[in-house]
Amino acid sequence: MKKLRRSMLFLPGANAAMLSTAFIYRPDSIMFDLEDAVALREKDTARLLVFHALQHPMYQDIETVVRINPLNTPFGLPDLEAVVRAGVDVVRLPKTDTPEDIYELERHLERIELACGREIGSTRVMAAIESAVGVINAVAIARSSQRLIGIALAAFDYVMDMQTERGDGTELFYARCAVLHAARAAGIDAFDVVWSDVNDEAGFLREVELVRKMGFNGKSLINPRQIDLLHNAYAPTQQEVDHAKVVIEAAEEGERNGLGVVSLNGKMIDAPIINHAQMVLERAAASGVRR
Amino acid sequence: MKIVREALAGTMESSDLMVKIAPAEGELDVVVHSEVIKQFGDQIRKVVNDTLRAMEIRQGLIIIEDKGALDCVIRARLQSAILRAAEGTEIDWGKMR
Repeated sequence: MKKLRRSMLFLPGANAAMLSTAFIYRPDSIMFDLEDAVALREKDTARLLVFHALQHPMYQDIETVVRINPLNTPFGLPDLEAVVRAGVDVVRLPKTDTPEDIYELERHLERIELACGREIGSTRVMAAIESAVGVINAVAIARSSQRLIGIALAAFDYVMDMQTERGDGTELFYARCAVLHAARAAGIDAFDVVWSDVNDEAGFLREVELVRKMGFNGKSLINPRQIDLLHNAYAPTQQEVDHAKVVIEAAEEGERNGLGVVSLNGKMIDAPIINHAQMVLERAAASGVRR
Repeated sequence: MKIVREALAGTMESSDLMVKIAPAEGELDVVVHSEVIKQFGDQIRKVVNDTLRAMEIRQGLIIIEDKGALDCVIRARLQSAILRAAEGTEIDWGKMR
């Protein structure tokens, strides 16, 4: 079963209390932030907090992601030295504009993995696209490395680069389509932007419904309260589950009878429909049925 | 590693701790205050002493105000304060475990 990445919860790397408790909320992935959520004078201590949190048993059975600082700042490389040695699952590279940014990251990853005895290639990568140049290069970025598990759109810097502001989603329309198509063309995951107004649940759910229908694997989140709302929105309905079971049963019966193609209620059932039905049942197994 | 200047790391928030370090000639003086000293005092001192030993700190005054931090947080804040207070910035990651 493919790893579910519906929810990726941001945690400020300098916040000791949040680092000590966040695993209890069970997002699909936890993303420790060493970049924008950390003040310049706290970069060193945040790096050490995340270094130790990553090795703590409480984070051993959940996917860990660390957003490092850009490699062209004094903080990016020390961040990488720390988190790779601590055994992070995925490094999120902010402000990815070109495939060369990923190649540079790969070179450092390989060197550090070799130095600390980690298997070469075991540190996975996620690229965050935050500019018009990044969006234009999304396909090349998504195809740039075997380490990539996904690409994410980051709205705040992107809308500034586009000389606009966050609104009803119109401002992100092209970028969402471009990032999503790039991810699918490369066979990796696509993550949507954060919803920053924690108290606006209705707005959050409208956006989740939009990006779910578009095909995004999930969203980055800034508050644990958003996890359950998101998981429920991504859960299949009872009707979808019932239909998926009937499709799988019909497909299995067709296979037993040696038929390549079977029909259900006059509609042909072929491989894409069977694959979709399996995905619905896997999501139901992971998230239950939508309430 | 030698402590050459005063330094602070951490906060006084719950689940965190504040570490204050100052140079001192000839001896290592460690003072621990904690809200949970009765239950976890021995464990906190063990984490502190292990960390100081690994970083080869043999002189200085270290004051810790603990607000119920996990061991990994104590280790991280103490290491941050030492690195801020010591000469040189190169980190030996093998000693940070």
